[in-house]
Amino acid sequence: MLRDRLGLPGSKNACEQGECGSCAVLLDDELVCSCLVLAAQSEGRSVVTVEGLRNGDILHPVQQAFIDAGAVQCGFCTPGLIVAAVDLLRHQPDPSEDEIREALAGNLCRCTGYAKIIDAVKLAATAGGGST
Amino acid sequence: MNVLTPSTLDEALRHRAEFPDALPIQGGTDVMVDVNFDRARPETVINLNRVEELQGWRRDNGSLWLGAALSYTDVITSELASVVPALAEASRTVGSPPIRNRGTIGGNVATASPAGDALPPRLVEGAEVLLASTRAQRRLPLADFLVGPKTNALASDELIVGVRLTPCGQPQTFMKVGPRNAMVIAICSIALVADRERDELRAAFGSAGPVAGLITAPLSERSTFAEAVSNAASPIDDVRGTATYRRHALRVLVGRAMDRCLG
Repeated sequence: MLRDRLGLPGSKNACEQGECGSCAVLLDDELVCSCLVLAAQSEGRSVVTVEGLRNGDILHPVQQAFIDAGAVQCGFCTPGLIVAAVDLLRHQPDPSEDEIREALAGNLCRCTGYAKIIDAVKLAATAGGGST
Repeated sequence: MNVLTPSTLDEALRHRAEFPDALPIQGGTDVMVDVNFDRARPETVINLNRVEELQGWRRDNGSLWLGAALSYTDVITSELASVVPALAEASRTVGSPPIRNRGTIGGNVATASPAGDALPPRLVEGAEVLLASTRAQRRLPLADFLVGPKTNALASDELIVGVRLTPCGQPQTFMKVGPRNAMVIAICSIALVADRERDELRAAFGSAGPVAGLITAPLSERSTFAEAVSNAASPIDDVRGTATYRRHALRVLVGRAMDRCLG
C-alpha cells in the first residue's frame, strides 16, 4: 500500500516478518513495522513514513544528523532507522548509548556496523531532534 | 481479503460465529507473518483493534485482569511492571520496540508457541484465560489452554478476552537464553517465583517442550529444584539448539533465578 499505491518508497519491503525494521513507520505516533499492519487496520489513523518527517525543504534533525555523521551507506535500512530514532528521541530526548542500542535493536543494517548510526542519534539528540 | 472491524466484543463474537474460518487479528506480529509468507490466506479477517473490551488492564478484588489487547510495551511502561515483574521482564525480551508496541499478551496465548516469552511468567502466577463466544463465557487455566506447539483450546467461535491472575507479590524473575538481547526466539527460558508465603518454588520453562510447563516444589527442595525442572522438560534438537544444551541451560537458569530471588 505505502510503496505501490501511495508512491512512498521510503519504507522498505524486506523481511516481511518484523525482523529488520526497514519498514518502520509511526502509526498514531507509535513505532510499528508496517509489514505487520494491514492497511485496513490503519483506517482513520495517522501514518507517518520517513517521507513525512521533513519540514518542506528542511530535513528533520535526525535525517540531517544521519548525513552529517556519515551513518548512511547503501541506505536501505536508513528510513527505518531514522523513524525509530525519531520515536526514541520523542520519548527520551537525551538517551544513553544503551538506550539507543535498545531502541534500535529491531533495525538491521548490513553495512555500517552501527557505530556511525549511534553517533548520528547522539548528534541528533544534541541538535534537539526530539523536539519535532 | 475481506476485513471486518467490529467496535464491540458482541459484534466481534457475532462475526466469529458467522465466519468460523475468519482469522482474528490484533497486533499482527504473528498473524501477518503467516499472511506475508503465504502460510495463511484468510478470505476474511476480523480486525480486533477497535474492540474496547479487550483493551487495558484493571484490578479486580485482589486479582488482575489483563485485556487480550494489552501490548508488551503497555506491560513494561505501566504500573504492571512492579505488580507482575517477571511478566514485565519477559515482555522486554520480546522482539524489538516496534514488535512490543504491536504484539499483545492475548496474541501470545493464542499463538501458543512453546517459545512464547509471556507464557512462563503467567504460568507461575496461575493465570486463567478468559474466553467468550455468542454461546457462553468460560475460563481455562493457561496450562490447559496450551494444548501443543501452536495449538490451543480455542473453539472456532471463541475469542480470547483476556487473562486473570492473582499477583503473588513474591520475588520472581524471568530469564531467557538466545544469541542476542533483541529479536530472539528463546533457545530456552524460565520464569521463577520464590513464594515464601506458600512455602513453594514455582518455575515454568519455555522452548523446552511442546508447551511451556510448570513445576513446583517446597522451598526446602531448593538444592534439587534446578535438576527437577531440567528433568521435567522434554526439549528437542532443532535449529536453535540441542536438547542436551537446553536441559543444561535450564539447570543453570533455575539456579541463577533462585539466587536472584532468594539471595
